[in-house]
Amino acid sequence: MATIHIPTPLRAYTGGNASVTVDGATVGDALNALTGTHTGLAQHLRDASGKLRSFVNVYVGDEDIRYLQNEATPVQASTEITIVPSIAGGV
Amino acid sequence: MTISIPRAELSRLHAHAEEGFPHEVVGILAGTRADNTVTRVAVLVNERADSAHNRYTVSGLALARAEQKLVDEGLEIVGYYHSHPDHPAQYSDFDRDHAWPNMSYVIVSVLTGRASTTLSWRLRDDRSAMDAEPISIVED
Repeated sequence: MATIHIPTPLRAYTGGNASVTVDGATVGDALNALTGTHTGLAQHLRDASGKLRSFVNVYVGDEDIRYLQNEATPVQASTEITIVPSIAGGV
Repeated sequence: MTISIPRAELSRLHAHAEEGFPHEVVGILAGTRADNTVTRVAVLVNERADSAHNRYTVSGLALARAEQKLVDEGLEIVGYYHSHPDHPAQYSDFDRDHAWPNMSYVIVSVLTGRASTTLSWRLRDDRSAMDAEPISIVED
């Protein structure tokens, strides 16, 4: 179990909820539980190969999972996972 | 969905885009999401120093801090804006690839230093394209 905090652009897929509680032993499990139960979310978080998109940052507490064990980072019931958007673009 | 923006805020957005030329500038459109109304344009720093003439990036923490300030003032994040120096206000594949859903993306074309066409775009749910949305300028 873990709590995932949902950023504004993705709340349309969580019924407007700012956080969702999901099952899972790792960050990857938790994200998959989230996308498995909330239709329409997966394609915005992951690319066609299943990798998290470059502008999708995932934090466990105050730590970016890129500096932990990425999606293998373990989670517990008290773990707070936050999806933090970055933005990019250009011509 | 139409996006509404007061003329004074649109002028600030254009001034930011002209000041930044020939680099791309970027910022937040804050207001109320329910009616897609912008009441505040907030400037961000383009972190893409290596290729600022044709790219912009704002990292997660910088964006989160800037957005939190606006949220603390009772505003919601409606979308983002950026400039296309010497390029049309049409979204690029790169813009689409990096877009968030359910947000307005205003693009201002800046031609030889002057803000020109301004268009607003919204990502389709299947990420296949972005659709133009009308901009309603609210007179002050």
